[in-house]
Amino acid sequence: MPSPLLSLENLSTHYVSQQGTRVVRAVDEVTLSLNAGETLGIVGESGSGKSTLALTILRLLPAAARITSGRMMFEGENLLEKSDEEMRQVRGKRIAMILQDPMASLNPLFTIGDQVGEPIRVHEGASRASAWKRAIGLLRSVRIASPETRVSQFPHEMSGGMRQRIVGAVGISCEPRLLIADEPTTSLDLTIQAQYLKLLRDLQREHGLALIFITHNLGIVAKMCDQLAVMYAGRVVEHGPVSRIFNRPMHPYTRALLGSIPRMADNRDHLTAIEGQPPDLASMPPGCAFAPRCPEAFDRCRAEAPPEFTIDHETRARCWRAPVDASAKAAS
Amino acid sequence: MKQYIARRVGYSLLSLFLLSVTIFLFVRVTGDPVSLLVEPGASPEDIENIRRQLGLDQPLWEQYWHFMASLFAGDLGQSFYYRVPVLDLYFQRLPHSLLLAAVAMALSLLIGIPSGILAAVRVDGFWDSAGKIFALLGLSLPQFWVGLVLILFFSVYLGWLPSSGSGGVLHLLMPAFTLGWYFAAAHMRLTRSSMLEVLGSEYIKLARLKGLPEALVIGKHALKNALIPVITLAGINLVVMINVAVVVETVFAWPGIGRLLYEGITFRDFPVVQGVVIIGGAMIVMVNLLVDILYALIDPRIRLES
Repeated sequence: MPSPLLSLENLSTHYVSQQGTRVVRAVDEVTLSLNAGETLGIVGESGSGKSTLALTILRLLPAAARITSGRMMFEGENLLEKSDEEMRQVRGKRIAMILQDPMASLNPLFTIGDQVGEPIRVHEGASRASAWKRAIGLLRSVRIASPETRVSQFPHEMSGGMRQRIVGAVGISCEPRLLIADEPTTSLDLTIQAQYLKLLRDLQREHGLALIFITHNLGIVAKMCDQLAVMYAGRVVEHGPVSRIFNRPMHPYTRALLGSIPRMADNRDHLTAIEGQPPDLASMPPGCAFAPRCPEAFDRCRAEAPPEFTIDHETRARCWRAPVDASAKAAS
Repeated sequence: MKQYIARRVGYSLLSLFLLSVTIFLFVRVTGDPVSLLVEPGASPEDIENIRRQLGLDQPLWEQYWHFMASLFAGDLGQSFYYRVPVLDLYFQRLPHSLLLAAVAMALSLLIGIPSGILAAVRVDGFWDSAGKIFALLGLSLPQFWVGLVLILFFSVYLGWLPSSGSGGVLHLLMPAFTLGWYFAAAHMRLTRSSMLEVLGSEYIKLARLKGLPEALVIGKHALKNALIPVITLAGINLVVMINVAVVVETVFAWPGIGRLLYEGITFRDFPVVQGVVIIGGAMIVMVNLLVDILYALIDPRIRLES
């Protein structure tokens, strides 16, 4: 088996308050891996640590955050051992990221061509003219009509959907191996959303990109992703192939998430919600973080946090019931 | 764009009209100029004569009409005290004020912008704290006091710099610093806060995600956005500096228009006060107009909104 493109081992990122008294475990002992060309979906509620995990991979965290433990192997190198300057050369060149707000992620004072061509000039030392030419090609590849005109326009002259495709063009400008998309479609309307997802998939195929797709939309995960990691309170509670997780979720939280998707066929007059609130990351319950909201919790769940059980070679879950359930299923 | 400019010009003319009425009335509240022009014990007929000569015997609205009519003809009247046209006096003094303002502005930008950027990039660090103290002192110390302390040190104790008057470069240093410190503080605070706001934006995050060197993130993406409000303020301040240096010019006996205004108020020289204030007001209004237009040229978003 070839070694994965990216593998995170026991990665933790904590926010520490100025006095050092309050520690928020935004990302806690996360282990994940991703092969070249594959798509990994990361789902979870707001505040579950998805975005912090993405910024941890790029080592672009706010000043209060610290990566406290773990290893982060990318193409055989530990990203945590790189200097700031070496890390800068990874960003935009080998790992790129798309932000969620297309209206705010382009600088209003520079032309599209300048901003799309910028990584090429910085990472490959291209001249202004050749970067400009490449920018036109990139705009064409993200399906911007008449890119020769658009390239010298400013962001305010574009619609939201166009701007998000331009941000996508910025992402792929240096042909990275890994693209992280942080809820790239939340602010787009539905038809534009579908177009954009198709575009991302086409780009992925053309460029052999690995994709990390951060979202809270399980419908997108089903369409886009090979692997899925479900995050809750900073931890990955379940990780495995999408089809397996959708058919046979191991963790009660995953089941609850899947159960909360409204379906036309159900013909219900109410929506299913997960009772309760996610825990305060600065003062976690002693046992499993999901135990207070879990319909299946028993005494051990409230006293002792479950470790990450490996169910089979590609499935892992953090639940005391998971190994029992799995063997029961296997026996029946 | 044309419509945008036309609307701005309209607002500017309205402001100037309101200013002319205000200064015309206010200057007349200060008292009777004739009592300062005649010798003690002058006869009532002589006083009445002078009043008629100066046109002060006419009703207010007629005086205002006369003032505005000659203003449109480009005439600001004659100084009661010097007996020469106000414009002549004004243009004698103006070069001194321009020189002082230009040097003070250069100082304020050279100090204010780099220290503001440094404070924002190293927020809560040493430079931020040092900058805060510098700005607090600049904004709160009265200019007459700063001027006097500078004179005390550099002229009286050290004997390095001349205490008053105009002439060489050395004469400029203390008045320019005294005038510029306040503005340096203002420019620094604005650069800092505007830089901080920009640094928190999504496009700065994307610039970092692209792997741009920090110098490019700060110097290109952040600085150009952060300087927009600073350019506005500096443009207005340049003209403000020419017109508000009354205290500095008086302390250092600098022969600019600030001191002309001071003399005009002391002698109740109505045409001088009206003239200096109207020209100053016109300059400030013009610069606001220019900055608005310049702003529209720099920032492509404003161009389209009109």
